[in-house]
Amino acid sequence: MSAQYPDDLFYTKDHEWARLEERDGQKLATIGVTRFAVDQLGDVTQVDLPKEGETVKQSEVFGSVESVKAVSDLFAPISGKVIKVNSPLGDSPEYVNEDPYDEGWMIQVAVGDAKELDGLLDAAAYQAFLREQGE
Amino acid sequence: MQRTPLYDAHLRLGAKMVDFGGWAMPVSYPGGILDEHRATREAVGVFDVCHMGELHFRGARAAEAVQRLVTNDLGRLTDGRALYTVACLPSGGILDDLIVYRIAADHFLTVVNASTLEKDRAWFFEHARPLCDVSDASAETGLIAFQGPGAKHTLQPLTKLPLGELPRFGFVYRCDIAGVAASIARTGYTGEDGFEIFCAATDAPALWDRLLEAAAGVGGKAVGLGARDTLRLEARLPLYGNDLDETTTPLEAGLGWVVKLDGADFIGRDALRAQKTAGITRKLCGFVMTGRGIARHGYPIYPGDSAPSGAGAEPIGATTSGGPAPTVGKNVGLGYLPVTLDRAGARISVDCRGKRVDAEVVQGPFYTRDKERGRA
Repeated sequence: MSAQYPDDLFYTKDHEWARLEERDGQKLATIGVTRFAVDQLGDVTQVDLPKEGETVKQSEVFGSVESVKAVSDLFAPISGKVIKVNSPLGDSPEYVNEDPYDEGWMIQVAVGDAKELDGLLDAAAYQAFLREQGE
Repeated sequence: MQRTPLYDAHLRLGAKMVDFGGWAMPVSYPGGILDEHRATREAVGVFDVCHMGELHFRGARAAEAVQRLVTNDLGRLTDGRALYTVACLPSGGILDDLIVYRIAADHFLTVVNASTLEKDRAWFFEHARPLCDVSDASAETGLIAFQGPGAKHTLQPLTKLPLGELPRFGFVYRCDIAGVAASIARTGYTGEDGFEIFCAATDAPALWDRLLEAAAGVGGKAVGLGARDTLRLEARLPLYGNDLDETTTPLEAGLGWVVKLDGADFIGRDALRAQKTAGITRKLCGFVMTGRGIARHGYPIYPGDSAPSGAGAEPIGATTSGGPAPTVGKNVGLGYLPVTLDRAGARISVDCRGKRVDAEVVQGPFYTRDKERGRA
């Protein structure tokens, strides 16, 4: 189990998160959806993600999540080229429900412009946003 | 928004509530839809269906009045027996699907969909009131469904009524269930054995608690509208407003078995006779996704494979219901297709948000219960 809203993540108002790390001088961002998103979606039955080598653009759709009831778009928290995809989600989409911040991660991108992160929310701001929305 | 008598009980259980046609209803409880689906298939699911409509027809000419309204043959009913039917417009289009219960020769009960109660009531009053008394008991009637292979065994300790003697679509109008004055029918909307229990709306919370407590003893639980939908879709039971509406006829919907053209007259009979003679051109078909994708309500359907060579340019139909069928582990759907495609193995593809995904027509329910289990 991970925290509801871990402190080391950046959040979007569309309920995605990004975790930043640096490897060999390259900034990488791992991307997934938040606990709130998972609670709203209910049981996830299918996750559609881009392929390695494709690029995603901040605030644009990069994939979709199918739950039992509905389908929802995924919006990229940050732009970059996809270098890794969490392929086990193909067979085990329930990881998204069970552990959205670790096993349920979705894609990892090579970050082009880290300044894009400035527009995202930290854990406290995201939770304040959820409260504002009456959640 | 309207509330059922069980509204507070749902909140106490931590249900996620949604607006369902003007009713505040639980879509799921904290365990989630898949868990509720599984509980109903393996043990017992308990459903709040208090929002459904109950209309009573009373009087010497009640049978004649109800028969005018429905396509099935009420002459087959005896006291304590019910049947599934549709009510049609003169066009043959479906006004609603419903169950008719014969309580006595001069007293019939119809249970109709919540979303159609108002128009049904107006239609029934208009066409039946000249012949008999028609009254709407929906507001003061509670209705709880108790469904699953464990339903009979779990419910039996709560009543003296020998439940095993109640046949499918049989009912007992006056009985005692868990100390509550109730009516009980062996009917349901899940593809499992089970019961639907009517009581006074004021008694519904107490009955709900007793039923939940009994269900919990065998791993059963409260089930919301989300799993109600996956359960009924998997059993291929149509949903009014999705798979049936005023523009579709029972012959097109595969409900020819509830249309008795040679029996007593009913509204819509001439149109349905003409359609039967001419032959239907489209039919409600079931399909299984063979590619990776989930068809949802409204998604267009194309003939042939998604591969360019087999692709048809124009959609030939649309998905009326679609989603995961958790027990069979496939994604399934329903939709009206040209009758030429109403055969097992016919290749179609579904436009899932711009992506064409292969699917295959299948006959019959996606899920059929093992009848021995329910009988044990």
